Amino acid sequence: MENTALSIEGLCVNARAPILQDISLHVRRGEIFGVIGESGAGKSTLAMAMVGLLRAGCHRVAGKVTLSGQSLFDLSQLQLEQVRRRKVSYVAQSAAAAFNPFYRLGDQVTELAALELGTPLAERGKMAEGLFRELQLPNPETFGMRYPHQVSGGQLQRAMIAMALINDPDLIIFDEPTTALDVTTQLEVMRLIRKIVTARGCGAVYISHDLAVVAQPADRLMVLRHGKVVETGATRDLMESPAQDYTRALVAAKTTTSPPMHAETSVPIIALRDFAAGYGAVSTVRDINLDLSAGHITCLVGESGSGKTTLARAIAGLVDVHGGTATFQGKPLAPRIESRPREARRRLQYIHQLPDLALNPRQKVREVIGRPLAFFGGETGAAAEERLRKLMRDVELPEDFLDRAPGSLSGGQKQRICIARALAADPEVLICDEVTSALDPLVEESVIQLLLRLMQTRPLTLLFITHNLGLTRRFAHEVAVMQAGRIVEFAPAAQIFAAPQQAYTRTLLGATPMMARGWLEARL
Amino acid sequence: MRRFGFLLSVAAFAALILAALFAPVIAPFLPNEPVHAPYAAPGEGGLLGADSLGRDMFSRILFGLRYTLGISLTVSVPAAFTGVSLAFLAAFRRGWTDILLGRLVDAIMSVPQIIFALVVLAVAGVSLVTLIMTMAVLEATLFYRVIRPVAADIVAMDYVEVARLRGEGLGWYLRREILPNAAPTLIAEFGIRIAYAVLFISGLSFLGVGVQPPAADLGGLVRENALAISVGQLSPLAPAACIALITLSVNGIVDWFIHKYSIRAELG
Repeated sequence: MENTALSIEGLCVNARAPILQDISLHVRRGEIFGVIGESGAGKSTLAMAMVGLLRAGCHRVAGKVTLSGQSLFDLSQLQLEQVRRRKVSYVAQSAAAAFNPFYRLGDQVTELAALELGTPLAERGKMAEGLFRELQLPNPETFGMRYPHQVSGGQLQRAMIAMALINDPDLIIFDEPTTALDVTTQLEVMRLIRKIVTARGCGAVYISHDLAVVAQPADRLMVLRHGKVVETGATRDLMESPAQDYTRALVAAKTTTSPPMHAETSVPIIALRDFAAGYGAVSTVRDINLDLSAGHITCLVGESGSGKTTLARAIAGLVDVHGGTATFQGKPLAPRIESRPREARRRLQYIHQLPDLALNPRQKVREVIGRPLAFFGGETGAAAEERLRKLMRDVELPEDFLDRAPGSLSGGQKQRICIARALAADPEVLICDEVTSALDPLVEESVIQLLLRLMQTRPLTLLFITHNLGLTRRFAHEVAVMQAGRIVEFAPAAQIFAAPQQAYTRTLLGATPMMARGWLEARL
Repeated sequence: MRRFGFLLSVAAFAALILAALFAPVIAPFLPNEPVHAPYAAPGEGGLLGADSLGRDMFSRILFGLRYTLGISLTVSVPAAFTGVSLAFLAAFRRGWTDILLGRLVDAIMSVPQIIFALVVLAVAGVSLVTLIMTMAVLEATLFYRVIRPVAADIVAMDYVEVARLRGEGLGWYLRREILPNAAPTLIAEFGIRIAYAVLFISGLSFLGVGVQPPAADLGGLVRENALAISVGQLSPLAPAACIALITLSVNGIVDWFIHKYSIRAELG
């Protein structure tokens, strides 16, 4: 029993409907236990139950949660609080929201020690310094003097892990600890988590919606869906021989490669030469030379802040162009959308990242998709109705969705509506700005497959912006890597992934979690 | 409960409108003729008693209702139209349009409403037309102030950008993208502004620059009879209660619309 940090047996939690059903798991010391599931699977409810907490409206129907040998739901409120202060820590997704912006990091990280143990101020400084050193933060002696806004997102996340270690817990719960971070920063944080858990011999639960991420540090995995355990097992077994269909689909979504469709070389449909654009007087992107080959998928990758979206918006005519030229099939493309003729506006369509914001909540789907039909094609009446129904079939949605409002649709369905709206204009080029990054992995995969199918039936060129290199590897013809507003490398996808020429590309590729086991160990 | 409040408000407001429309038919006496003894108590001289000149209070309230409701509606509708249109335009165009309209509204709002109205009416002379126009301008600035930030938030949405990428005209933006999303705020604001217009016209009449004697709106009636309170008469309370009833019933109706609208948006 000494070896078990946390055990849950037959836990059932209900709100009005069941949220968790018959969950059992055991987390050993020195082990990272991964929990994966899409949104709504019950991950957060489970994480909170691990510290004996239930959200308002939820109640425990059956089951037992045992942490460090104590059954949490049998303790008094006072005892429970003591267990929470001494035995367990919780690392939340957004470090920025977890820190009080008006207190120095060192004080916040060691606050619990002062409250619980009465540690004097002088020792607290030393304590914080030790933790910051353990987490490889820069200048650990003075790091604690800074305020949360003075450090980067990755550093703040590490400071939060430092805070979690202050009570030397038996169990640490990591709730999507790297979701908000860039790939390169994500790697650092994952590496640290792995090291700390091994070195300290505490148990850890690592919750994520991304299989490729959670599979890296975790020793064992539990797949959660609709509040039920789909499968539990050693990470390697689960990845290599999943027993359940759902797990197989999850693994397949991250590993299958789709064959390139039109591999033949083709002429550029959009060409940028020495292109520069930005907001106000500052050129956010500069020296851009980029050809979009007709019928191809060009992926634009890079960390957040590298200028991907600005470049895409500049091509769409939404950002001030500061220099260079842009041509569409050899003819100059006016810099501002307002000065482009209707035909040019029709041929280039833009799909936004967040379908929630891109759909007018007060318009029915019929109006959303019908408007571009009427606007560009002048179609009305029976012909328009027929086109509408065909577009719904094209994006694989039921026709009766036409009379629904966006508010009643799921995220994936909304994004399909946005795609249908873009297709209604009968475009030649689609600019997709991180169109799948807000979606769950399986939904993301289905939208990607939809785009691929659409490209087979019509002459479409895609400029696909993403920070997901796994996705890029599977589906791009050409890849443009951006860093600090410039394209550092632009080449066919096979060449980028097989033999990256630039150091930055290699860093970016090296930081992307792969499904293969041992990937993280190789980077420790 | 919400539905009950709504039905009650509709009934009350409909009764008030009907009373105002059919005042000449319903009123037992002419409003400006002394027909009772001065300060006659309710029951002795007419349904609600008489004022200091012996005029029938019930008849005067019916005719006062015509002025109050008539003026507040003729003020609120064009004020809403102007204020909201300009607010949408400023939010959408931004730049100079926004700056100029914003400063103009600031300039008008920097003077207290009642002072502004008193000055204009003193200079231009008191007439129903100047009264309505002055109030409409003042009300329009309030509509503008509330609706512009709402519209600015909507303009920042991606779906407005989609319309921009398509190359839609101004009319489409204002009517199809912005208006439906601003509607809940707009309806609420309209209800509040009608109620305030009632109070405003009543206030102006109370000060003597509104509806001129011998005619009187509800506010004028309160003023005429204010002295009666000191001699133990309740006659000013009847027109005051009427003002309260208008305000409450309008808000009851508006609340229900807002509730219905927001539910519909959620469920589709």
